[in-house]
Amino acid sequence: MNNVRDKKRANKSLPFFFKTEFKVFFAIILVSSILLISTFSFDTVPPILNRGIQPATFPKGLLVLMIVLTSIIYYLSFKRPWKKEKNLPKPFFLTIISFVLFIIISKTLDFFLAISVLSIFVSFNWGERRVFYLLLVSMIFPLVVFIFFEMILGLRFPPGIITNLYYY
Amino acid sequence: MMAPLFSSKLLLVLLFGTLFGLVLGVLPGLGPTTGGALILPFTMTLDPLSAIILLTSIYCAGTYGGAITAVLINTPGTPAAAATCLDGYPLAQKGEAGRALGMATVSSTVGGIFSVIVLVFFAPILANLAYEFGQPEYFALAIFGLTMLASIGDGSPIKNLIAGAFGILISTVGKDFMTSIDRFTYGINELSVGIGFIPVVVGLFAISEMLTQSTLLDQVFKRVALKAVKLPTKDDYKKTWKTILRSSGIGSFIGVLPAEGGTVASLIGYSEAKRFSKNPEEFGKGSVEGIAGAEAANNAATGGAMVPTLALGIPGSATTAVILTGLIIHGVRPGPDLFKEQPEFLYGIFGAMLVANILFFIFGFFGAKLFARITLVPNKILWPMIFAVSVCGTYSLSQSIIDVWIMLFFGVLGFFMRRYGFSVVPVIIGLILGELVEGTLRQSIVIFDGNWLMFLTRPIALTFFILSLIALAFPLIRSKKNKKTI
Repeated sequence: MNNVRDKKRANKSLPFFFKTEFKVFFAIILVSSILLISTFSFDTVPPILNRGIQPATFPKGLLVLMIVLTSIIYYLSFKRPWKKEKNLPKPFFLTIISFVLFIIISKTLDFFLAISVLSIFVSFNWGERRVFYLLLVSMIFPLVVFIFFEMILGLRFPPGIITNLYYY
Repeated sequence: MMAPLFSSKLLLVLLFGTLFGLVLGVLPGLGPTTGGALILPFTMTLDPLSAIILLTSIYCAGTYGGAITAVLINTPGTPAAAATCLDGYPLAQKGEAGRALGMATVSSTVGGIFSVIVLVFFAPILANLAYEFGQPEYFALAIFGLTMLASIGDGSPIKNLIAGAFGILISTVGKDFMTSIDRFTYGINELSVGIGFIPVVVGLFAISEMLTQSTLLDQVFKRVALKAVKLPTKDDYKKTWKTILRSSGIGSFIGVLPAEGGTVASLIGYSEAKRFSKNPEEFGKGSVEGIAGAEAANNAATGGAMVPTLALGIPGSATTAVILTGLIIHGVRPGPDLFKEQPEFLYGIFGAMLVANILFFIFGFFGAKLFARITLVPNKILWPMIFAVSVCGTYSLSQSIIDVWIMLFFGVLGFFMRRYGFSVVPVIIGLILGELVEGTLRQSIVIFDGNWLMFLTRPIALTFFILSLIALAFPLIRSKKNKKTI
């Protein structure tokens, strides 16, 4: 109980721009505003053909609603501050890095190589050290998945250095 | 009702769906919604009836499967089993894991079967009513469904509404369906067709859960040993039969409400069981009534949630949103016409849900020990595998790598949403209802010649608007009363 109170107090003593509620409020307002501005560049239907509302009107309304609701939760957070979240651990950031690696490898080298690299990277960084299991998640399982999708579902995967060996 | 099921292929699909649903339900972090989304691309190889039977059997069995983990490791396999932990685990700690699981199995089955009966009777009635609906009524109904999002889960109502609005916003990406004008495409051709449902669902559920698991690697589960599942004793039945029936009714009713689902049903079922109990002091310490109340309600919500899904095309829960997508992908349009033109299709679904409830009773009773062992698969092996299936499944639907990027984007977004108290379920419901909301709104405005006040002249639409206001006001009043975070 004291711990929770201490955490709440710790959150209260931070400058407003470091507080979670402000960061969330700022992120939503920023993205919503950018999207709202972009709706003004949507093409419009000439008045003679226009039936009902313009295509931009509905998304504009939604974005304004999101901005208003976000402002309300930020205002309410002054009365009831949010609890401070625990810092994110190292494996989380390593998993995010593995996603980035996945995107780069699948775009430049090979889709299945990317899956294998991500699987071994995640499994290793989450604490797996046994070679058999690392091989299982990085090679055997992706291969089974590939065969299943390719042969049973008749799916054609994007070309790449490994996938091409199978296709050509 | 069962006639369409008398084919070896459909029975096989049903068997597989029930087993797969149980596995998904047992694994914390997965569940019928994520599992349904993952398996949706695979259903493309099946005929529509088999595909929907597969998804509904996963839904029924997955909802029950969550109880196994809730009782044995005090971690709900699915959010709907959260209330089961409160009494299931304490009872298991007393050395009565078999009794706890037996009660969970029986009450889940009774709740599930009760809800199928509700589905069989009420879905056609609701579908008949829907014949009276025009565009304004459908718009008002969709708004009601969206405002119900405010009260789902334990998240804050305003955050749920923001998430719901965001879900609708996603549905506006791509070519406008009335004018073919591009919206939010920013010159990316792939976005012209809009953002698919599968990348968003898999991202928000599976990938965000993978990121969540990466923050919980030091978590240690205390497992309780299970010898065998025991059927409840005569005394237990005496104690709980009223609770089971009451919770079955509550669960079915909550399920019918748009957007609400098993999680809300089980919490209400549990609290009502406690309110009516002669021994409320036993709750939280291993009360069989508590287990029965929560489990009958969450499984009863499955059939209930299928009522608006099939009759109106409005999902009753997150998993039925996946089932609804399955119906649409297979060219089946839910609504009153479905009841008139394809009754055998619907009877197939009803029959399948009934059989799935019986099957998970058998599997649960004899195989709970085995299913519990699945939780022993370490996350460091399980999640990379789930990632591989997620990526391939997402890619397979439109064979577009952009869908995979979208999935990863929504995975990261979903993680941060959950971290800061925004439920991801409203995004899914908003996404699926988005087109209906915008389409019916714009068509209504054309019908009313731009006069918005005409909505108020339609009695059914007006009723839904009033219900929407109540749905919005209720959680705000409740949170003020409970001093809950808004």
